[in-house]
Amino acid sequence: MKRRTLLLRLLPAVGAAGALAQNAPVARPLTKPIPSSNEQIPLVGLGSWITFNVGNDRPAREQCVEVMRGFFAAGGRLIDSSPMYGSSQGVIGEGLQKLGAQRQVFSADKVWTSSRGSPQIEASRHFWQIARFDLLQIHNLLAWQEQLPLLQEMKAAGRLRYVGITTSEGRRHRDMEQIMRSHRIDFVQLTYNLVDREAEQRLLPLAQERGIAVLANRPFREGALLRELQRRPLPAWAAEIACTSWAQIALKFIVSHPALTCAIPATSSVAHVRENMAAASGPMPDEALRRRMAAEAEKS
Amino acid sequence: MTEWWTYRLSSFLLFSPRIYWRLVESYNRDIWPAQAVALGAGLVLLWLAAVPRYGGARIVAAILALAWSSVGWAFHWQRYATINWAATYFAVAFWVEALLLILLGVFRPGRPAPEPSRRQRILGLTLAVCGLLLYPLAGLPAGRPWAQAEVFGAMPEPTGLATLGLLLAGGRPHAKWLCVLPVLSLALGMATLWLLSS
Repeated sequence: MKRRTLLLRLLPAVGAAGALAQNAPVARPLTKPIPSSNEQIPLVGLGSWITFNVGNDRPAREQCVEVMRGFFAAGGRLIDSSPMYGSSQGVIGEGLQKLGAQRQVFSADKVWTSSRGSPQIEASRHFWQIARFDLLQIHNLLAWQEQLPLLQEMKAAGRLRYVGITTSEGRRHRDMEQIMRSHRIDFVQLTYNLVDREAEQRLLPLAQERGIAVLANRPFREGALLRELQRRPLPAWAAEIACTSWAQIALKFIVSHPALTCAIPATSSVAHVRENMAAASGPMPDEALRRRMAAEAEKS
Repeated sequence: MTEWWTYRLSSFLLFSPRIYWRLVESYNRDIWPAQAVALGAGLVLLWLAAVPRYGGARIVAAILALAWSSVGWAFHWQRYATINWAATYFAVAFWVEALLLILLGVFRPGRPAPEPSRRQRILGLTLAVCGLLLYPLAGLPAGRPWAQAEVFGAMPEPTGLATLGLLLAGGRPHAKWLCVLPVLSLALGMATLWLLSS
């Protein structure tokens, strides 16, 4: 019996197991090392763009806490935010405090100002209710010449563990490349998904060469990519990599790139966070299948 | 930030439609029955604009200033800023408009403005009616409940629309300067609503 056939026959059992998974112990997610330290982090994290910006809406804030509960229960660690994301930082801080998860979380935030970064970072830390950030990134490279020395200084003083830079939707890749070549940084964050693959050309190989961890933002293009993909049935090869949804296919495509460390999908749904975290386990696509996945997405 | 041109309008929408409309609903609940009072004041404004009388223009400007300062404080500063950091700047802009309405509308420095043409008056009154009476109904066809209605004196867009109409109908001195911020506010509000519905 072919491996694919075997997997297809097993699929109903996998589905049944998935239905039970809500109450069953969850498989630990696969991890990858941060090259600069060899610390392991799970392949899937949690973004907070839009989804955690709920202001003082009490039911919505409670829902975010539940999303975080589901995320941590599934073995998640890295949560990413920014001062740009409205109330997201405070919502995350409230969730961490309620769940007692300050030690479990890998806190990734950003500095986003063209003036002094320290007061903003301190305000962010206050919102998160944590002693220090694990990772601080320069949001969209804003005033990076001023902020990078500050972050390096914080790291040297032990007030920060990792330093990074971010961009999104393909902006400023040349600047990012220049910084990656000329400065010691631990992380880059960029847009990489089934259809936005420009980073494969230069940035991802450079990250591997320079030993820089990579976070992938916009894995679903704010849901637009999934809405497009979900119009068609799941391909038969999805079973080969234990994917039961297009979201999992999209995430496995991202995290199976050798240079990628972690994808950071955002969601306000507990079911979706569980589904996303499940993509961090099981078999991953090989290069041939990755090409098929991208080709399938290109049909959109 | 450089490369502004590479951003899409949607890149600046920081929240989901669900959260925005729940915020409006919660705000409406918190300030009730201020909406009814504001609507009553709006009808008085309409009457003063339709039937000009001595001192009426100053009363219109004073009530509009009150409406702009209230929306700036109660909506932009206290509520909207919790999900959109830019709302603190919007609040300041609303207070500037309130100040301009008092300085240029209540105290009316300079020469008296020429009487508006009949066409300008009709256009102005039509816009004012739209802002005061029709705008609160605009969400109903889209399936939004009454609790999320946007009312003059409480929400920016109907306040901006009614202000534009009343300024046009009244033929105020310096009216063009008073119209700048309402036009900008309306453009921004319409862009936000378009993004929320798309």
